[in-house]
Amino acid sequence: MSNTLAVEQSTQSPWRGGVAPMKASYGKLMMWFFLLSDAFTFSALLITYGMIRYSHPAYEGVIADFTFSQEYWPIPEKVFDAVPFLHGVHLPLVFVGIMTFILILSSVTMVLAVEAGHRMDRKAVEKWMLWTIVGGLTFLGCQAWEWTHFINGTGGGGASLTWNEYGPSNFAALFFFITGFHGFHVFSGVVINFIIFYQTVVGILEKRGHYEMVEKVGLYWHFVDLVWVFVFTFFYLV
Amino acid sequence: MEQETTQVQVIPADKEKIRKIVRVAVILGLVTAIEFVIAFTLGHSGFRTFLFIALTIVKAFYIVAEFMHLGHERKSLIMSILLPLMFVVFLIAILIYQGGALFELLY
Repeated sequence: MSNTLAVEQSTQSPWRGGVAPMKASYGKLMMWFFLLSDAFTFSALLITYGMIRYSHPAYEGVIADFTFSQEYWPIPEKVFDAVPFLHGVHLPLVFVGIMTFILILSSVTMVLAVEAGHRMDRKAVEKWMLWTIVGGLTFLGCQAWEWTHFINGTGGGGASLTWNEYGPSNFAALFFFITGFHGFHVFSGVVINFIIFYQTVVGILEKRGHYEMVEKVGLYWHFVDLVWVFVFTFFYLV
Repeated sequence: MEQETTQVQVIPADKEKIRKIVRVAVILGLVTAIEFVIAFTLGHSGFRTFLFIALTIVKAFYIVAEFMHLGHERKSLIMSILLPLMFVVFLIAILIYQGGALFELLY
Protein backbone atom coordinates (compact mmCIF):
# COMPACT_ATOMS: atom_id res chain seq x y z
CA MET A 1 0.00 0.00 0.00
CA SER A 2 2.66 2.48 1.02
CA ASN A 3 4.83 1.34 -1.92
CA THR A 4 2.19 2.01 -4.55
CA LEU A 5 1.55 5.41 -2.96
CA ALA A 6 5.25 6.28 -3.23
CA VAL A 7 5.35 5.25 -6.90
CA GLU A 8 2.24 7.28 -7.66
CA GLN A 9 3.69 10.34 -5.98
CA SER A 10 6.98 10.11 -7.85
CA THR A 11 5.35 9.92 -11.28
CA GLN A 12 2.70 12.53 -10.63
CA SER A 13 3.69 16.16 -10.94
CA PRO A 14 2.80 18.20 -7.85
CA TRP A 15 1.23 20.75 -10.20
CA ARG A 16 -1.38 18.30 -11.49
CA GLY A 17 -3.50 18.47 -8.36
CA GLY A 18 -4.51 15.80 -5.91
CA VAL A 19 -1.71 16.52 -3.45
CA ALA A 20 -1.72 18.92 -0.50
CA PRO A 21 1.84 20.27 -0.18
CA MET A 22 1.14 21.75 3.25
CA LYS A 23 -0.83 18.74 4.47
CA ALA A 24 -3.86 20.99 4.96
CA SER A 25 -7.06 20.91 2.92
CA TYR A 26 -7.87 23.75 0.52
CA GLY A 27 -10.61 25.08 2.80
CA LYS A 28 -8.39 25.17 5.88
CA LEU A 29 -5.54 26.79 3.97
CA MET A 30 -7.82 29.50 2.61
CA MET A 31 -9.21 30.11 6.10
CA TRP A 32 -5.63 30.61 7.33
CA PHE A 33 -4.87 33.12 4.58
CA PHE A 34 -8.13 34.96 5.20
CA LEU A 35 -7.23 35.17 8.90
CA LEU A 36 -3.79 36.48 7.96
CA SER A 37 -5.40 39.31 5.97
CA ASP A 38 -7.80 39.96 8.85
CA ALA A 39 -4.80 40.09 11.20
CA PHE A 40 -3.36 42.89 9.03
CA THR A 41 -6.62 44.84 9.31
CA PHE A 42 -6.74 44.55 13.09
CA SER A 43 -3.02 45.34 13.38
CA ALA A 44 -3.56 48.50 11.34
CA LEU A 45 -6.42 49.56 13.64
CA LEU A 46 -4.50 48.88 16.87
CA ILE A 47 -1.28 50.48 15.62
CA THR A 48 -3.31 53.53 14.55
CA TYR A 49 -4.55 53.68 18.15
CA GLY A 50 -0.92 53.68 19.29
CA MET A 51 0.04 56.41 16.82
CA ILE A 52 -2.85 58.70 17.73
CA ARG A 53 -2.27 58.13 21.44
CA TYR A 54 1.40 59.07 21.06
CA SER A 55 0.45 62.24 19.20
CA HIS A 56 -1.56 63.43 22.24
CA PRO A 57 -0.13 64.53 25.60
CA ALA A 58 -0.19 61.87 28.35
CA TYR A 59 -1.51 62.50 31.87
CA GLU A 60 1.48 63.44 34.03
CA GLY A 61 0.11 63.73 37.58
CA VAL A 62 -0.74 61.25 40.34
CA ILE A 63 -3.15 58.50 39.18
CA ALA A 64 -5.45 58.98 42.18
CA ASP A 65 -6.02 62.66 41.27
CA PHE A 66 -6.88 61.87 37.65
CA THR A 67 -9.86 63.76 36.18
CA PHE A 68 -11.27 63.58 32.66
CA SER A 69 -10.00 66.34 30.40
CA GLN A 70 -9.81 67.12 26.69
CA GLU A 71 -6.19 68.17 27.27
CA TYR A 72 -4.63 64.69 27.61
CA TRP A 73 -5.28 61.04 26.77
CA PRO A 74 -7.43 59.30 29.45
CA ILE A 75 -6.20 56.39 31.60
CA PRO A 76 -8.32 53.38 30.52
CA GLU A 77 -8.86 52.00 34.03
CA LYS A 78 -10.51 55.32 34.97
CA VAL A 79 -12.90 55.13 32.00
CA PHE A 80 -13.89 51.46 32.21
CA ASP A 81 -14.72 51.00 35.87
CA ALA A 82 -18.43 50.10 35.85
CA VAL A 83 -20.07 46.71 36.29
CA PRO A 84 -23.79 45.94 35.66
CA PHE A 85 -26.00 45.99 38.81
CA LEU A 86 -23.19 47.64 40.81
CA HIS A 87 -24.01 51.23 40.04
CA GLY A 88 -21.60 53.86 41.34
CA VAL A 89 -19.03 51.34 42.60
CA HIS A 90 -15.50 51.93 41.29
CA LEU A 91 -14.40 48.54 39.92
CA PRO A 92 -11.72 49.26 37.33
CA LEU A 93 -11.44 46.79 34.45
CA VAL A 94 -13.46 44.12 36.29
CA PHE A 95 -16.23 43.89 33.68
CA VAL A 96 -13.84 43.78 30.73
CA GLY A 97 -11.92 41.07 32.62
CA ILE A 98 -15.10 39.02 32.90
CA MET A 99 -15.66 39.49 29.15
CA THR A 100 -12.13 38.25 28.48
CA PHE A 101 -12.73 35.10 30.53
CA ILE A 102 -16.04 34.46 28.75
CA LEU A 103 -14.33 34.63 25.35
CA ILE A 104 -11.44 32.38 26.45
CA LEU A 105 -13.94 29.85 27.83
CA SER A 106 -15.93 29.84 24.58
CA SER A 107 -12.64 29.22 22.77
CA VAL A 108 -12.05 26.18 25.01
CA THR A 109 -15.52 24.77 24.27
CA MET A 110 -14.73 25.27 20.55
CA VAL A 111 -11.55 23.16 20.84
CA LEU A 112 -13.62 20.48 22.57
CA ALA A 113 -16.12 20.59 19.67
CA VAL A 114 -13.29 20.12 17.15
CA GLU A 115 -11.89 17.27 19.24
CA ALA A 116 -15.32 15.59 19.35
CA GLY A 117 -15.58 16.03 15.57
CA HIS A 118 -12.37 14.06 15.07
CA ARG A 119 -13.99 11.21 16.99
CA MET A 120 -17.23 11.45 14.92
CA ASP A 121 -19.08 12.04 18.20
CA ARG A 122 -22.12 13.96 16.95
CA LYS A 123 -23.75 14.42 20.36
CA ALA A 124 -20.58 15.93 21.84
CA VAL A 125 -20.09 18.24 18.82
CA GLU A 126 -23.67 19.49 19.27
CA LYS A 127 -23.14 20.10 22.98
CA TRP A 128 -19.83 21.99 22.68
CA MET A 129 -20.94 24.01 19.62
CA LEU A 130 -24.00 25.12 21.58
CA TRP A 131 -21.86 26.19 24.55
CA THR A 132 -19.61 28.12 22.16
CA ILE A 133 -22.63 29.94 20.71
CA VAL A 134 -23.89 30.72 24.23
CA GLY A 135 -20.46 32.13 25.13
CA GLY A 136 -20.42 34.29 22.00
CA LEU A 137 -23.91 35.66 22.66
CA THR A 138 -23.00 36.41 26.30
CA PHE A 139 -19.94 38.33 25.13
CA LEU A 140 -22.07 40.34 22.67
CA GLY A 141 -24.56 41.13 25.44
CA CYS A 142 -21.72 42.36 27.68
CA GLN A 143 -20.41 44.51 24.86
CA ALA A 144 -23.86 46.01 24.25
CA TRP A 145 -24.01 46.98 27.93
CA GLU A 146 -20.50 48.42 27.84
CA TRP A 147 -21.24 50.51 24.74
CA THR A 148 -24.47 51.81 26.27
CA HIS A 149 -22.62 52.81 29.43
CA PHE A 150 -19.81 54.42 27.41
CA ILE A 151 -22.21 56.38 25.17
CA ASN A 152 -24.46 57.59 28.01
CA GLY A 153 -21.53 58.42 30.25
CA THR A 154 -21.52 59.19 33.95
CA GLY A 155 -23.07 62.64 33.83
CA GLY A 156 -20.38 64.41 31.82
CA GLY A 157 -22.13 64.24 28.44
CA GLY A 158 -21.14 60.74 27.36
CA ALA A 159 -19.52 59.99 24.05
CA SER A 160 -20.13 60.30 20.30
CA LEU A 161 -17.89 60.00 17.27
CA THR A 162 -17.07 63.71 17.42
CA TRP A 163 -16.90 64.48 21.15
CA ASN A 164 -16.60 62.61 24.46
CA GLU A 165 -16.37 63.39 28.17
CA TYR A 166 -13.35 61.12 28.73
CA GLY A 167 -10.67 62.80 26.64
CA PRO A 168 -9.71 63.86 23.10
CA SER A 169 -12.40 63.13 20.49
CA ASN A 170 -10.21 60.45 18.88
CA PHE A 171 -10.39 58.34 22.05
CA ALA A 172 -14.09 57.53 21.66
CA ALA A 173 -13.84 57.32 17.86
CA LEU A 174 -11.12 54.65 18.20
CA PHE A 175 -13.11 52.85 20.90
CA PHE A 176 -16.13 52.59 18.60
CA PHE A 177 -14.00 51.57 15.62
CA ILE A 178 -11.84 48.91 17.26
CA THR A 179 -14.28 47.26 19.68
CA GLY A 180 -17.05 47.68 17.11
CA PHE A 181 -15.07 45.94 14.37
CA HIS A 182 -14.17 43.17 16.80
CA GLY A 183 -17.78 42.89 17.99
CA PHE A 184 -18.90 42.55 14.39
CA HIS A 185 -16.46 39.66 14.03
CA VAL A 186 -17.92 38.03 17.14
CA PHE A 187 -21.41 38.52 15.72
CA SER A 188 -20.53 36.95 12.35
CA GLY A 189 -18.70 34.18 14.24
CA VAL A 190 -21.85 33.38 16.22
CA VAL A 191 -23.90 33.28 12.99
CA ILE A 192 -21.38 30.96 11.27
CA ASN A 193 -21.16 28.78 14.41
CA PHE A 194 -24.93 28.50 14.43
CA ILE A 195 -25.01 27.40 10.76
CA ILE A 196 -22.48 24.65 11.50
CA PHE A 197 -24.34 23.69 14.69
CA TYR A 198 -27.50 23.36 12.59
CA GLN A 199 -25.69 21.22 10.00
CA THR A 200 -24.43 18.98 12.79
CA VAL A 201 -27.87 18.60 14.33
CA VAL A 202 -29.60 17.64 11.07
CA GLY A 203 -26.78 15.20 10.31
CA ILE A 204 -25.29 16.82 7.19
CA LEU A 205 -21.73 16.61 8.56
CA GLU A 206 -22.13 13.02 9.74
CA LYS A 207 -23.33 12.02 6.27
CA ARG A 208 -20.29 13.78 4.78
CA GLY A 209 -18.08 11.49 6.85
CA HIS A 210 -15.99 14.18 8.55
CA TYR A 211 -16.38 17.31 10.70
CA GLU A 212 -13.84 19.50 8.95
CA MET A 213 -16.30 22.41 8.78
CA VAL A 214 -16.18 22.52 12.60
CA GLU A 215 -12.41 22.84 12.38
CA LYS A 216 -12.67 25.71 9.88
CA VAL A 217 -15.18 27.75 11.89
CA GLY A 218 -13.09 26.84 14.95
CA LEU A 219 -10.08 28.58 13.37
CA TYR A 220 -12.19 31.69 12.82
CA TRP A 221 -13.55 31.61 16.36
CA HIS A 222 -10.09 31.25 17.93
CA PHE A 223 -8.92 34.17 15.81
CA VAL A 224 -11.72 36.33 17.22
CA ASP A 225 -10.53 35.35 20.72
CA LEU A 226 -6.93 36.09 19.72
CA VAL A 227 -7.84 39.59 18.53
CA TRP A 228 -9.64 40.27 21.80
CA VAL A 229 -6.47 39.33 23.72
CA PHE A 230 -4.67 42.13 21.84
CA VAL A 231 -7.54 44.62 22.15
CA PHE A 232 -7.66 43.90 25.89
CA THR A 233 -3.96 44.66 26.29
CA PHE A 234 -3.62 47.70 24.05
CA PHE A 235 -6.95 49.37 24.73
CA TYR A 236 -7.64 48.54 28.37
CA LEU A 237 -4.36 47.65 30.11
CA VAL A 238 -1.55 49.75 28.60
CA MET B 1 -19.48 11.53 -3.85
CA GLU B 2 -21.21 11.51 -0.51
CA GLN B 3 -22.18 8.14 0.79
CA GLU B 4 -25.01 7.32 3.14
CA THR B 5 -23.51 5.88 6.30
CA THR B 6 -25.84 3.81 8.41
CA GLN B 7 -23.58 3.05 11.35
CA VAL B 8 -21.16 5.71 12.58
CA GLN B 9 -18.30 4.50 14.74
CA VAL B 10 -17.83 6.92 17.65
CA ILE B 11 -14.27 6.79 18.95
CA PRO B 12 -14.11 7.23 22.75
CA ALA B 13 -12.49 10.42 24.08
CA ASP B 14 -8.75 10.37 24.68
CA LYS B 15 -8.26 11.53 28.29
CA GLU B 16 -4.73 12.73 27.55
CA LYS B 17 -5.98 15.07 24.78
CA ILE B 18 -8.69 16.56 26.99
CA ARG B 19 -6.16 17.09 29.79
CA LYS B 20 -3.90 18.97 27.35
CA ILE B 21 -6.77 21.27 26.29
CA VAL B 22 -7.64 21.99 29.93
CA ARG B 23 -3.98 22.73 30.70
CA VAL B 24 -3.78 25.34 27.92
CA ALA B 25 -7.05 26.87 29.16
CA VAL B 26 -5.67 27.11 32.70
CA ILE B 27 -2.47 28.77 31.40
CA LEU B 28 -4.53 31.36 29.47
CA GLY B 29 -6.64 32.08 32.57
CA LEU B 30 -3.57 32.38 34.81
CA VAL B 31 -1.77 34.76 32.46
CA THR B 32 -4.88 36.98 32.31
CA ALA B 33 -5.02 36.93 36.13
CA ILE B 34 -1.34 37.93 36.31
CA GLU B 35 -2.04 40.82 33.91
CA PHE B 36 -4.76 41.99 36.28
CA VAL B 37 -2.44 41.88 39.29
CA ILE B 38 0.19 43.87 37.39
CA ALA B 39 -2.42 46.44 36.31
CA PHE B 40 -3.13 47.31 39.96
CA THR B 41 0.22 46.86 41.67
CA LEU B 42 2.81 48.34 39.29
CA GLY B 43 2.88 52.06 38.53
CA HIS B 44 2.68 53.28 34.95
CA SER B 45 6.08 52.77 33.34
CA GLY B 46 7.80 51.49 30.24
CA PHE B 47 8.61 48.26 32.08
CA ARG B 48 4.91 47.67 32.84
CA THR B 49 4.01 48.15 29.17
CA PHE B 50 6.78 45.72 28.22
CA LEU B 51 5.40 43.12 30.67
CA PHE B 52 1.87 43.50 29.26
CA ILE B 53 3.09 43.02 25.69
CA ALA B 54 5.23 40.00 26.69
CA LEU B 55 2.29 38.31 28.47
CA THR B 56 0.01 39.07 25.49
CA ILE B 57 2.47 37.35 23.18
CA VAL B 58 2.54 34.33 25.55
CA LYS B 59 -1.26 34.11 25.32
CA ALA B 60 -1.22 34.58 21.55
CA PHE B 61 1.34 31.77 21.25
CA TYR B 62 -0.84 29.30 23.15
CA ILE B 63 -4.01 30.23 21.23
CA VAL B 64 -2.35 29.99 17.82
CA ALA B 65 -0.07 27.00 18.46
CA GLU B 66 -2.45 24.80 20.49
CA PHE B 67 -6.05 25.93 19.94
CA MET B 68 -5.58 26.75 16.26
CA HIS B 69 -3.21 23.77 15.96
CA LEU B 70 -0.62 25.74 13.97
CA GLY B 71 2.20 24.35 16.12
CA HIS B 72 1.44 20.87 14.78
CA GLU B 73 1.18 21.79 11.08
CA ARG B 74 3.83 21.52 8.37
CA LYS B 75 6.70 23.98 8.69
CA SER B 76 5.85 25.49 5.30
CA LEU B 77 2.35 26.36 6.56
CA ILE B 78 3.69 27.83 9.82
CA MET B 79 6.12 30.04 7.90
CA SER B 80 3.48 31.12 5.35
CA ILE B 81 1.45 32.54 8.22
CA LEU B 82 4.21 33.90 10.47
CA LEU B 83 6.63 35.50 7.99
CA PRO B 84 4.12 37.97 6.45
CA LEU B 85 3.49 39.29 9.97
CA MET B 86 6.93 40.95 9.74
CA PHE B 87 5.12 43.78 7.95
CA VAL B 88 3.18 44.41 11.16
CA VAL B 89 6.44 44.91 13.08
CA PHE B 90 7.50 47.38 10.38
CA LEU B 91 4.18 49.25 10.66
CA ILE B 92 4.48 49.48 14.47
CA ALA B 93 7.95 51.01 14.21
CA ILE B 94 6.99 53.51 11.53
CA LEU B 95 3.66 54.66 13.00
CA ILE B 96 4.90 55.04 16.58
CA TYR B 97 7.70 57.22 15.18
CA GLN B 98 5.10 59.15 13.19
CA GLY B 99 3.00 59.60 16.36
CA GLY B 100 5.97 61.14 18.15
CA ALA B 101 6.62 63.46 15.21
CA LEU B 102 2.97 64.61 15.20
CA PHE B 103 3.23 65.32 18.93
CA GLU B 104 6.31 67.50 18.36
CA LEU B 105 4.44 69.38 15.67
CA LEU B 106 1.25 69.95 17.65
CA TYR B 107 2.45 70.61 21.20
